[in-house]
Amino acid sequence: MHGLINRSIQCFLRDTYGAAVWMEIARKAGLGFDNFEPLLTYDASLTESVIEAAAQHLQRSRETVLEDLGTYLISHPNLEALRRLLRFGGVGFLDFLHSLEDLQEHGRLGLPDLEVPEFSLTDQGNGQFLLRVSQLIAGVGHVTVGLLRAMADDYGALVVLDHVGIESGQELVAVLLLDHAYSQGRRFDLALPVG
Amino acid sequence: MPMHVGLDAAGLITSVGPTLAKLIEGPLPLKVAFLKVFEVRRPAGITSIETLRERAGARLHVNLRGKGDAFRGLAVPTQGGGILLNLSFGIRLIDAVRQHALTDADFAPTDMAVEMLYLVEVKQAVMTELRRLNLSLQGAKATAEQQALTDTLTGLRNRRALQMALPALIAQGVDFALMHIDLDYFKQVNDNFGHAAGDVVLRAVADALAVETRASDTLARVGGDEFVVLLPGLSDTTRLAQIARRIIDQVMQPIEFESTTCCISASIGLTISTLYDGPDAARMLCDADNALYAAKRAGRAQVKFYQPHIDLSAVTDDLKTA
Repeated sequence: MHGLINRSIQCFLRDTYGAAVWMEIARKAGLGFDNFEPLLTYDASLTESVIEAAAQHLQRSRETVLEDLGTYLISHPNLEALRRLLRFGGVGFLDFLHSLEDLQEHGRLGLPDLEVPEFSLTDQGNGQFLLRVSQLIAGVGHVTVGLLRAMADDYGALVVLDHVGIESGQELVAVLLLDHAYSQGRRFDLALPVG
Repeated sequence: MPMHVGLDAAGLITSVGPTLAKLIEGPLPLKVAFLKVFEVRRPAGITSIETLRERAGARLHVNLRGKGDAFRGLAVPTQGGGILLNLSFGIRLIDAVRQHALTDADFAPTDMAVEMLYLVEVKQAVMTELRRLNLSLQGAKATAEQQALTDTLTGLRNRRALQMALPALIAQGVDFALMHIDLDYFKQVNDNFGHAAGDVVLRAVADALAVETRASDTLARVGGDEFVVLLPGLSDTTRLAQIARRIIDQVMQPIEFESTTCCISASIGLTISTLYDGPDAARMLCDADNALYAAKRAGRAQVKFYQPHIDLSAVTDDLKTA
């Protein structure tokens, strides 16, 4: 698994629960080190061990941990760069939702060896969508739910999100878009300010 | 098209795209001559609407007069003798977006501007990580070097290794000798033939030390041309003097460097652990150093032993004859 993904999980645990908790989880996961390098590649089993160890150590379900991870990826100031990259996906939440289908290719533009789950979106009418996410890790749908919830806040959209199951290697997320302009949302300037 | 300018047959502006209008700030220059509002920098010589029409299809470099904005553009003739120009920011896109607070809606759906901005940020993010990784590797390398125990030039142990080996040897409680070696005429080699020659000499000395000592001895280069040898199990002065003499003889062998021959020798100061009630690393190094100093003062290529309870100036008896 790409170091960037492992590093994101590490930063999520460290920034949310503190460095000591992260070290303890790294130890329990049997990593043998306490720092993932974002540009190196690691054995996929390490990612799994970290998620397992985190759920166990925090005494929370794997689903909750993964959903919090998704939210963290968008809302934490340390990962502003990622939020910005995703905001390039569209002017509004609906555009963004559609842009998820291009996420894999967008990811490869930057890092050709980065594993990005494949998303496919079905518009079911009346603001209802079904999002299929390929299972890069078990529970990827929960990460997606957390991520979409944070992005909806970012865009100021009002949505209802549900993990509704797994079907032939894809996790299903139901999205109900109630209002695309419910609140102000967060500002997004196309160009980063200087400095 | 948000970045277009429409001209009539006389070269007067008839329409301006909304994004361009934003950049112009103020009233739209409708019915004003295009070349009064814009300047065509390249190709050179476009000073009239006729010359512009002749360059239809060419890549144009256009400035907005009185502003800093520069564009790339294309002019195509329209029915009725008019011209339609489409402009883009080209490589100056990011500055323009920042300066004018442009948004997605300011670009034509066919324009790759937003994708370019996206890529620039991806590149920036990756570069930031690369820089961080490089810095951390650099730090690890520095730490590794600092912790290294080998002198990279000669392959002998370094000062740090000696500082670990000497107390360890003392702790073992075996008798041992400590030999401090300093090269004679080394400075001349460096001065006359350069540092490359000096490096060759230092490697030759390291080889000489290896030949004349046992595998169980510790050989360290502790300074530019200074070496320390620890000889466990040896405390007999006659035997030690022989070894020291052989090292000097070996070092005095001419050393070939490119087309010249370098000749050096060595001075050696010795001390032995049995001279102390409780040997102390710093004390022994200091005493060997003093003996070395005495050897140097006695002329080159000499061996001197540290003599306890005797004033330094009276360090006795060189061992030339030993």
